[in-house]
Amino acid sequence: MSSPAEAGAEPGDGLQVRALSKSYGDFHAVRSLDLDVPRGRFYALLGPSGCGKTTTLRMVAGLEAPTSGSILLAGQDITRTKAYRRPVNTVFQNYALFPHLDIYENVAFGLRRRKVGDVKKKVDEMLELVELGAQARKKPAQLSGGQQQRVALARALINEPEVLLLDEPLGALDLKLRRSMQIEIKRIQTEVGLTFIHVTHDQEEAMTMADTVAVMNSGVIEQQGSPAELYENPRSTFVANFLGQSNLIEGTVKTPAADVVTVDMHGIDVSIPADRAHTDGGKGWIGIRPEKVLIGDAGAELDAPGNTIPGGVVTDVSFIGVSTQYLVRMPWGQELQVFAQNTGRTKIHSVGDQVELSWRPEYAFLLDHAQDVHAGSQEEGA
Amino acid sequence: MAETGRRRGLTAYLLMAPAVIVLALFFVIPFYSLVAASLYEPGGSDKNGWEVTYHFANYWDAVELYWRPLVRSLVYAGAATLICLVLGYVLAYAIAFKSGRWKSLLLVLVIAPFFTSFLVRTLSWQLILADDGWIVDTLQFLHVLGDDDRLLATNFAVVMGLAYNFLPFMVLPLFASIDKIDHRLIEASGDLYSNPVVGFFKVTWPLSLPGVVSGTLLTFIPAAGDYINAELLGNTETSVIGSVIQLQATDANHPHTAAALSMILMIGILAMVLFYIRKAGTEDLL
Amino acid sequence: MAWIKERAVLVLGLLVLVYMFVPIFVVVLMSFNDPATRNVYKFDGFTMHNWLNPCEDPSMCDALGLSVRIGLLATVVATIIGTLAGFALVRWDFFGRSSSNVLIFLPMAAPEIVLGSSLLTLFVQGGFAGQLGFWTIFIAHVMFCLSFVVVTIRARLAGMNDVLEQAAADLYATPSQTFWRVTFPLVLPGILGAALLSFSLSFDDFIITNLNSGSEVTFPMYVWGVARVGLPMQVNVVGTLMLIVSLVIVLGTEVNARRRARALAT
Repeated sequence: MSSPAEAGAEPGDGLQVRALSKSYGDFHAVRSLDLDVPRGRFYALLGPSGCGKTTTLRMVAGLEAPTSGSILLAGQDITRTKAYRRPVNTVFQNYALFPHLDIYENVAFGLRRRKVGDVKKKVDEMLELVELGAQARKKPAQLSGGQQQRVALARALINEPEVLLLDEPLGALDLKLRRSMQIEIKRIQTEVGLTFIHVTHDQEEAMTMADTVAVMNSGVIEQQGSPAELYENPRSTFVANFLGQSNLIEGTVKTPAADVVTVDMHGIDVSIPADRAHTDGGKGWIGIRPEKVLIGDAGAELDAPGNTIPGGVVTDVSFIGVSTQYLVRMPWGQELQVFAQNTGRTKIHSVGDQVELSWRPEYAFLLDHAQDVHAGSQEEGA
Repeated sequence: MAETGRRRGLTAYLLMAPAVIVLALFFVIPFYSLVAASLYEPGGSDKNGWEVTYHFANYWDAVELYWRPLVRSLVYAGAATLICLVLGYVLAYAIAFKSGRWKSLLLVLVIAPFFTSFLVRTLSWQLILADDGWIVDTLQFLHVLGDDDRLLATNFAVVMGLAYNFLPFMVLPLFASIDKIDHRLIEASGDLYSNPVVGFFKVTWPLSLPGVVSGTLLTFIPAAGDYINAELLGNTETSVIGSVIQLQATDANHPHTAAALSMILMIGILAMVLFYIRKAGTEDLL
Repeated sequence: MAWIKERAVLVLGLLVLVYMFVPIFVVVLMSFNDPATRNVYKFDGFTMHNWLNPCEDPSMCDALGLSVRIGLLATVVATIIGTLAGFALVRWDFFGRSSSNVLIFLPMAAPEIVLGSSLLTLFVQGGFAGQLGFWTIFIAHVMFCLSFVVVTIRARLAGMNDVLEQAAADLYATPSQTFWRVTFPLVLPGILGAALLSFSLSFDDFIITNLNSGSEVTFPMYVWGVARVGLPMQVNVVGTLMLIVSLVIVLGTEVNARRRARALAT
């Protein structure tokens, strides 16, 4: 399932995880996981709660012992190295700041343990970087959530670890603060150039911050790549549903050709580029993002060479400003989602209108029919 | 996801060992000694030694001789517990819901009397309830008490002393339970047409039951074994089982009687506690 | 009228609190009493005499000294042993953990008279009847204070997140550095609270001590002994002092917490 990220990455550079597994009795939290994070990356592990992403992170940090597999950091095998000997630091979920120490001592903690010199200069610089110079002598309980978050970040960063792990670091902040912290953390990462691994269940957060995203489900990495790659060309129903929304329509592969696959979708032939078809033949799920679907009156000319599907009836219209979101019932009974950009030039349809849908073949993708069509969708209770 | 995993390893036994050894040597083994002593042949003495002859009649003999103080102890303890429950509930409720920013100060005040010697406090009651004290004088003036009636050296004084001394043991667990109740639940019951009294019995009281159970146990058990209040505030007619055990245990001829009475007291308390916990588990407690 | 109705519960609660303090007022008042005779225990006149001559009856101060010595020694031992056990019970998983929890709980659920008489039976059966005294009192006190210490420490540790220890390990602290720089400072208030509780339990115990003391006389036993023949007023001085010392300690921590809370608000 998982593919090694960058084939070009030199061995011994960054973090490499091989066949890592963790089970608690009969429960397999992480199953034979492979991971390659080249140095300097901002890497996100994205998945619903319980998918094994936090367990993976804790194994890298040394807070949890793997059942099997190995972890290599900068060429060194650290699988059995104690947490306090690893050049890895963590920003904990609820920050885990030491309540009995002030901000300065919290940030200095790691330096003092390693007996690094010049503590004062380094701490002052670090507090400057996170804009908390004035709060140095306060106790953690006296700071706001966002400030505590930055202390946790500074406390980990100051050690210049090979890898910095962030475990749902923004989960406790409100939406507005979360947005600004996302940008802040991204700025700091670029500035210090360290490798960041960020665990989150928030797909928007992962896509905003990371340059590489790995989508994890049930202890396995389903797919990894750049945010755009994952969004535009998902390889599984889980990724298609968990990252944004997708229409998934049942179809049967007719001609598996070299460059374009033709699929029979309820009596209509639709074509899909071969590099976007992730099934071997037989049945499959044809996927198309709602904003890639064009909607028009029945019989109207649509600027979409290729796949045109007639016979739709609008069943729901939600105008949300930047776009209009439609639900369209198709002849085979399925309701498809369509997001029409509010450019001002397109007509807004009403409930009951007869419409036809179309999309460019290069936007569609084809997934394995064996996969659960609802995997990763919001209704599943993510 | 994060495991709140406890560590495994032999270190735990090293950490645990001193406490287990102390309790094994000086709590568990003495208890076996007590069981053995309760089954001594009654004819023994410290000089000639004691022999365990499984003389179960010791139990019967002890009950026959001392059933009055035994029953008295349980009744006093029960009455004191009931008074503590009423007074303690009012106080705990007031602190939890009505005291605002004075909450922690009031809690300190609840435990403060506990820090003055138990005996000195009880002796103060002797003075307060004395025959020529102002309380008795006032009550006699109001004809609540007859001219020859007294408060000191009565059942009332003993129960009141017990209730007084063990009140903090009732208030603290009650407070812990009541303080946890979400005030919005009580507002919701009001919103759903309960008057305050109904709201109390349908919402507050059931939610505070854990505190009621632990508070009553923490009060009842020590009260049943206490003899200080009965001795200092009572009279010769109010002698309780604790006094009897104390006297018999230090009397060279009756260790078996003291042991048998201790066992009976333990078993009696255990039986009442189990019965009570089963009741409290259901709505029958209401 | 509405004002009263609004505050009825609070007023009733405060009345209960007054009831709890009535004997305390009497203790404080009587510490300034100038008794006419030793046999009648009532307030006859104000004097500082009792406060200025606390050891007028030397046997009272001897008893007090014994109680303090036993209290300190039993507290140190019970607190150390109990703290270790508290850590084991919260932080470790081992065979026999739940039985250990029951063992810790049982001494608190048994009436003192039963604990005392069973311990006496053991001492007598073991042939120590002639050696009852300081060490048997000490043993008894360690035994009954221990459970209270364990319960206090256990509550403190259970409320403390072990994520902080993980954070320390993540920041290069070895297990011993983690313990001394993070765990111990955070548990310390709980340990001090347990020690305070242990000392006051030991200092105040009468029923168990009375059975296992031989010819030694602790302060509560002294009070018991003189209660029938007339109480020296210095007993009330001691009672008042105990109240003041413990209030200073408890309120001190309280004020400290409030100050911290206020600093938080600014």
